[in-house]
Amino acid sequence: MSDPLRSIAKLDGVKRSFGAVRALDGVDFAVHAKECIGLVGHNGAGKSTLMSILAGTGSPDSGTIAINGAAQSDWTIQRARALGVRCVFQELSLSPNLSVAENTRVSHGALNGWGGAKRAADLIRASLDAIFPGHGISPQDIVGDLAIGQRQMVEVARAFTLTDDPLHLVILDEPTSSLDAQTARQLLDHIRRAVAGGISCILISHILGEILETSDRVVVMRDGKVVADEPARDLTRARLVAAMGGARLHAKTTRSDGVGASQPVVAQVQAGGAHGAIGLQARRGEVIGLAGLAGHGQTKLLIDLFEAANARRKGMTVDGAVALVAGDRQTDGIFPLWSIAMNISIRSLAALRRGAFIAADKEADLAVTWRERIGIRTDNLDNNILSLSGGNQQKALFARALASDAQIILMDDPMRGVDLGTKLDVYDLIRTQAQQGRTFLWYTTETDELDNCDRVYVFRNGQIVAVLDHDDLTEEKIIQSSFAEVGA
Amino acid sequence: MTSSAPTAAQSRAARNRARLLRTMLPALSMTLILLAIAWLNPRAISYFGFSLMLNLAIPIALATIAQMFVITINELDLSIGTFVGFVGCVTATWLHDAPVLGVLVLLASIGVYAGLGALIHLRNLPSIVVTLGMSFVWQGLAILILPKPGGAAPDWLKGLMGLKVPFVPFPIVAAIVIALVVHFGLMRSAYGTVLRGAGGNPQAIGRAGWSLLKTKVVMFALTGTFGVISGMALIGITTSGDANIGNGYTLLSIAGVILGGGEFVGGRVSPIGAVIGALTLALAASPLLTFMNIPPDWQVAANGVILISVLAARALISRKGA
Amino acid sequence: MPSFAKLFATPWIWSFLGALIVWLAAVIFTGGHGAGGMITAALSLAVFTVIVGLGQMFVITLGPGNVDLSLPANIGLASAVAMKTMDGQDSLIALGLLAALACGVVIGLANYALIRVLRIPPIIATLSSSFIILSTDIHYGRGLQIKPPDSFADFANVQFFGVPILGLFGVALAVVAWAGLQKMVYGRSVLAIGQNMRAAKLAGIPVERVRLLTYTLSGALGGINGALLAGYFRGASVDIGNEYLLSSIAVVVIGGTSVAGGKANVPGIWGASLFLVLLLTMLNTFGVSAGLRLLLTGLIIVGVITAAGGHKTGR
Repeated sequence: MSDPLRSIAKLDGVKRSFGAVRALDGVDFAVHAKECIGLVGHNGAGKSTLMSILAGTGSPDSGTIAINGAAQSDWTIQRARALGVRCVFQELSLSPNLSVAENTRVSHGALNGWGGAKRAADLIRASLDAIFPGHGISPQDIVGDLAIGQRQMVEVARAFTLTDDPLHLVILDEPTSSLDAQTARQLLDHIRRAVAGGISCILISHILGEILETSDRVVVMRDGKVVADEPARDLTRARLVAAMGGARLHAKTTRSDGVGASQPVVAQVQAGGAHGAIGLQARRGEVIGLAGLAGHGQTKLLIDLFEAANARRKGMTVDGAVALVAGDRQTDGIFPLWSIAMNISIRSLAALRRGAFIAADKEADLAVTWRERIGIRTDNLDNNILSLSGGNQQKALFARALASDAQIILMDDPMRGVDLGTKLDVYDLIRTQAQQGRTFLWYTTETDELDNCDRVYVFRNGQIVAVLDHDDLTEEKIIQSSFAEVGA
Repeated sequence: MTSSAPTAAQSRAARNRARLLRTMLPALSMTLILLAIAWLNPRAISYFGFSLMLNLAIPIALATIAQMFVITINELDLSIGTFVGFVGCVTATWLHDAPVLGVLVLLASIGVYAGLGALIHLRNLPSIVVTLGMSFVWQGLAILILPKPGGAAPDWLKGLMGLKVPFVPFPIVAAIVIALVVHFGLMRSAYGTVLRGAGGNPQAIGRAGWSLLKTKVVMFALTGTFGVISGMALIGITTSGDANIGNGYTLLSIAGVILGGGEFVGGRVSPIGAVIGALTLALAASPLLTFMNIPPDWQVAANGVILISVLAARALISRKGA
Repeated sequence: MPSFAKLFATPWIWSFLGALIVWLAAVIFTGGHGAGGMITAALSLAVFTVIVGLGQMFVITLGPGNVDLSLPANIGLASAVAMKTMDGQDSLIALGLLAALACGVVIGLANYALIRVLRIPPIIATLSSSFIILSTDIHYGRGLQIKPPDSFADFANVQFFGVPILGLFGVALAVVAWAGLQKMVYGRSVLAIGQNMRAAKLAGIPVERVRLLTYTLSGALGGINGALLAGYFRGASVDIGNEYLLSSIAVVVIGGTSVAGGKANVPGIWGASLFLVLLLTMLNTFGVSAGLRLLLTGLIIVGVITAAGGHKTGR
């Protein structure tokens, strides 16, 4: 159990502003020895900013930092690491051109000299084995070749490696966002083991179940302030949601108005092709789920369908314009030099023309319309897209797809790292849009979300291995199919 | 993930195969050129033949390695050619006449490179333009030092570059030494790993507590150092200086890095590949063309054709392997 | 109407300021003699850099690694093609211009084919093709009529009250390029691809078509430039385009276009071209030696880019 008398890290009165946005508004925050703190709050509540300050990568405008009771005047990332504070950042901090072992070596100054490469390989292998048994990652693998979930595993394992460097506190910013359920489970179990072993952890997650079962104490942030700080055992999901503020909880969706077989098929993957013995069909107005363990071919199918809409592709027919909502915002979605409005309008430019030129007024109208419909939190759509929080950037990507002429919307795990409030808004929107005749193909790593789908295809090893109707949908069935052998 | 292990192993095997093939490509390209030479003129494949054909390979290889260092951290040096020319002029004049002054000037020029690295990092400048400007600077200095071709290489340098090694021609020995030294320094050492990581994901390296300023300074200083060695080696071979002697090296060095399997962004480079790429280009230069009796009008074009076909072959193999 | 503060925040204003300063320096040195003549000459000469600079700008904006190194060879070959087609006859001028344009277009298409089909990095592809173009030019240009028809040469040197007709052409071209970049789907697509090619593709942009167009555009502008240069200097030659390798890249970046891609600036091309031309004029006025001129040119380019460039690129 935690020892309330001994705080290993303590932040007092921390303030931080980015331009006009006050990200942190006087936060007091303490981590005690041997405890796991769950840190929750909507996107933009200030969690990541607070953690970057604690990890030494960001500096506060005002406020103090104390480690083991000693005030730190010159708090840098080097100092933080020297005092045993490590951080797994939300956007991954691995060099894709280096191997897993080399990435480990880079993060530990002690691994120099001859044999350093070998020691680094041993360390990361041991750490991966301890946290993610059966991980299937070799220390010699080049990080760029790994799937995003595997990279996240490496990043987490690297933070937990035991070297001569001290290790007292590990900050995990959304560590499960790219992991499938089983791997996430392994990580959460490891966090408990690490805490029992004397390491403190801070866990940031939007999945409240994870927070409640893993943490000793939960801190809730809202608008740059800590609004609740209570032992996890005293909390429930509903109370957490209430403390975070704003979001409604939905009753379990009941699908009744299923789309009739009379609707035309707009996207089809033939059985027996590259995607396995089971074919895929999507009718007009349907919401189709793609499930299974992370990185088992769901994204590839979506990209294949995307390309099939523009060029002939064997075994696939797509009837109508498509738009894709990227899940990996930074690499697949955002144009970082552009305004929010330009990021939204890019998919619809052809329709916004007047003569040969893009009509500025039409473009502005489009952006304003979708800001209202999808609730992007900004007062000026001409601001740079990066001025938005992650969740709101994602909303802009939804707006880009939904504002387009596309009748088929492909979604590549788009809710990664998105807060609950945004999610519920988007679920409603998808439902409405589907009723108006749009078709959605939706890959998600969060089993809860599949509840919004009319039909779910389960993937394994790049192939479709099962089809589940909405009414038959249970978590057990999905897990069962995810592990079933192909072809039998 | 337990049950997905067999696929993971399969896909890793496929990945490793493709990677191995990619790694072997520079060597394959060079073999191809060698076969062409052997077919056209079997006598060229001899101790003397290689000594002749690879005459200028050492300075090209050194300039290519110099270029590779900056490419590792996603920069480009468009001034390396004129810098080699500048070093050549210093070597043929001051280093010969007043060695202390010559050494100081050459060390200072490495210092200028290090300073450029700092400038580019601190002011967030595009290296293409800064080095473009520097290419004028070096050329201007070279002309000021040596307005007309001339000067003389120091005797020790001539002696070193004219070294005779039994059985294996000196350029090949030198190339192997260069490749191995840089390979261990950049690919195997701890700080070399950091330097490459800084090309792959600078933010990650910064978050691991390393100074990004230092990585840029070190890499540019290394480029300057190898540029200096390249210029000196060149003068050791040609024995006299010329302000324009290195001009072609800028594009040659970039081509060498790419032929050697390097990429312009992301810290993916290979020192051994770069040296092989440089040797390939040296081989593909004039001797081969003379053997082939290509009319002078089309000699330049033949260079281009060779470059294109080697890269085309590489793309083809790469596509099959992937 | 932009405010002055906003005007000075734009990256291209510095290149015009630089041009103004070097011009003033030269004028002060001569005691005011030839101030107007310098501008007239600079306007004419700068146009050639502007034309290829615009093509290079679109190419560079496509993102890291994209650059057209074949421009000098392209200019050389196109100048020979134009002069040979014109054959010294006034009636064939239009045909000659068209031939130069076609020559440039073919080179652009070939560059793109190398990049796309053989998957060669653009820098290497355009370098390799430039070798081949150069040889073609050497072979083709030998013993040919390389003088332009007199009326074409005269036309290229026409001035209205000190404003050369080529300068007007360059301004018109820049306006068209600006509209294409900022107001048309094509320009928007180039900017998107330059920021993130994968995201651009997934946003439904026909990435390869845009790249094809861009390399062809650069080639075409190189071709036109070759014909105009041959007219202006009254003759074609193999090395007529040599200086445009470095200067086309230099004006793009000094003009405020990001070499990381995704951000381009048309007015800056004009400012930077004037700056480079006037800089040479100034150094010639001062009567410095060739070595010193190169040294100073280099130092000033580095100085200008240090003072004006950089800051935050958003990356």
